[in-house]
Amino acid sequence: MTPHFLTRTLDRSASVFLLIVVAAGILLPLSNLLLPAGSAFQVPTYLISLFGKYVCYALLALSIDLIWGYCGILSLGHGAFFALGGYAMGMYLMRQIGSRGVYANPVLPDFMVFLNYKELPWYWYGFDMFWFAALMVLLVPGLLAFCFGWLAFRSRVTGVYLSIITQAMTYALLLAFFRNDFGFGGNNGLTDFKDILGFNVQAGGTRAALFALSCLALAIGFLICRAVVTSKLGKVLIAIRDAESRTRFLGYRVESYKLFVFTLSACMAGVAGALYVPQVGIINPGEFAPGNSIEAVIWVAVGGRGTLIGAALGAVVVNYAKTVFTSGPLAPYWLFMLGALFILVTLLLPKGIIGTFSAWWEPRSSKNWKEQRLATASESAAAEDGVGVAKPAE
Amino acid sequence: METRKTSALLYLDGVHVSFDGFHAINNLSLTLAPGEMRAIIGPNGAGKTTMMDIITGKTRPDQGEVLFDGVTDLTKLDETKIAELGIGRKFQKPTVFESQSVEDNLLLALNVDHRVRGTLFWKTSRREADTIERVLEIIRLTGARHRLAGSLSHGQKQWLEIGMLLAQDPKLLLVDEPVAGMTDVETHQTAELLKEINRDNKTVVVVEHDMTFVRELGVKVTCLHEGSVLAEGTIDQVSANDRVVEVYLGR
Repeated sequence: MTPHFLTRTLDRSASVFLLIVVAAGILLPLSNLLLPAGSAFQVPTYLISLFGKYVCYALLALSIDLIWGYCGILSLGHGAFFALGGYAMGMYLMRQIGSRGVYANPVLPDFMVFLNYKELPWYWYGFDMFWFAALMVLLVPGLLAFCFGWLAFRSRVTGVYLSIITQAMTYALLLAFFRNDFGFGGNNGLTDFKDILGFNVQAGGTRAALFALSCLALAIGFLICRAVVTSKLGKVLIAIRDAESRTRFLGYRVESYKLFVFTLSACMAGVAGALYVPQVGIINPGEFAPGNSIEAVIWVAVGGRGTLIGAALGAVVVNYAKTVFTSGPLAPYWLFMLGALFILVTLLLPKGIIGTFSAWWEPRSSKNWKEQRLATASESAAAEDGVGVAKPAE
Repeated sequence: METRKTSALLYLDGVHVSFDGFHAINNLSLTLAPGEMRAIIGPNGAGKTTMMDIITGKTRPDQGEVLFDGVTDLTKLDETKIAELGIGRKFQKPTVFESQSVEDNLLLALNVDHRVRGTLFWKTSRREADTIERVLEIIRLTGARHRLAGSLSHGQKQWLEIGMLLAQDPKLLLVDEPVAGMTDVETHQTAELLKEINRDNKTVVVVEHDMTFVRELGVKVTCLHEGSVLAEGTIDQVSANDRVVEVYLGR
């Protein structure tokens, strides 16, 4: 009844997706590094960075789909966890600059010298060590999600109200990080990075490695999500999404389940942000903008909510479209197109790209499709016989 | 161990609830012996569903005592805790998990560790698989086990929900209008099903409007009106009561 863990986690489409991610993570960097520049098959470094960005967005979309698609928690503030992970990585990268900054202060980053900081604020301690920063990438978003979720879910805040307070959360963080005296570089954020683990962040090799790592993170994140949603816990999440109070009457502590999955999701978003920052070379408070979080929700809706693969696909497709359109004459109209896309998908493809595709594909791909259809037909006929003289419900 | 205050499995005494000045439950007292089956009837707004809400922790009474098994004060606990004590509920509108299979609906209802970690690393044991098998047979849905619950007919959904109650293995079952919208045949089968469950030494409370069905159950009947007990006894005694005829059955 419960199939083996691996067969349960990796059905055919999940295996195909994983294979594509891993293949991209190996082949694109190899082609970038080994083939001569200008060759038809050589992927230029700027594209590697661009794709790396998409992969980080895909991981963020995956984390949103886990809570929205499977547990019905619509977070419109997930960009906050992404940005916090990004800031944790940015702080490490700032400390790596050392005395190579404009003001050549061995300890204080440039912006602190500029703002007359006398010493490093306590919350910057430890960020000179990579392992500490990596831990914070998981811990800070996770802890914020845990505290936020503990308060919200315990008070049974759901639906639109929850979405609104997640927006408020990311907006509050936006305002806080904009302040110069908050200690994170204010308006300009953190930038001018030099090294990561001793490698130059600008170098082609580092970029290729970061891309490969992003693909690895996406693959691991996908596996974790699949393991969660195919477990019995996944069934409980869907039960909560579809009939929350019914689930409670079965004896499940709904708030604990929501808290677990919300925190897990925030940690994944944090990792995505941490991989994003060294590839784009900057993190600033703009990442907390509520619009960013909403955009990420649109990726999931476009790709297909509750399918995981769809979320990742949606992130890549929408961002590719964004890259194409915002670099052409249509640039001023991008936001209108994004809005229209959201409306059209909601109206015409409510299951998103993947959901619509699999609804079309699955019946055809199964061997005994015809038998199944016959069976369903006879069953429903039998059911109708039984309800022939139904009394009206009260 | 606390001393039992009463030998009854369920004991309600002097319970009051009002919503914005409307007295939904008014000095309601009711006792159920272990292993008893009780039918609750009464006109709309008599407080039948509110009574179930109180027992399952959805609504807190303003006043009064609600004891389970003689020792546990249900007014202090929430829905999850009460479900864990062994009180299962079937709702008026059938609420099954429509996007999941019949089998998964039963799996979710099983009376096992409901904490996050146990559920994440869950493996169905032989015994639990057998329980699901047995319940599927009782509710006659063995052939439909892999179908989505949402694709079942109305009557089948009602049964699936009763099946979920069985999988929960509660001491007390609260069943709200189990035969609403069912055919005569299905109604009869449901009465048989509930009697069978009751024979299994489970205490059952059935709220129902369908008098044929209540008669078929053949158990003690309580008639509620305006939030308190109007009459109690066999179906013949209750339906002969003048007040019951006046407010509920009609002449």
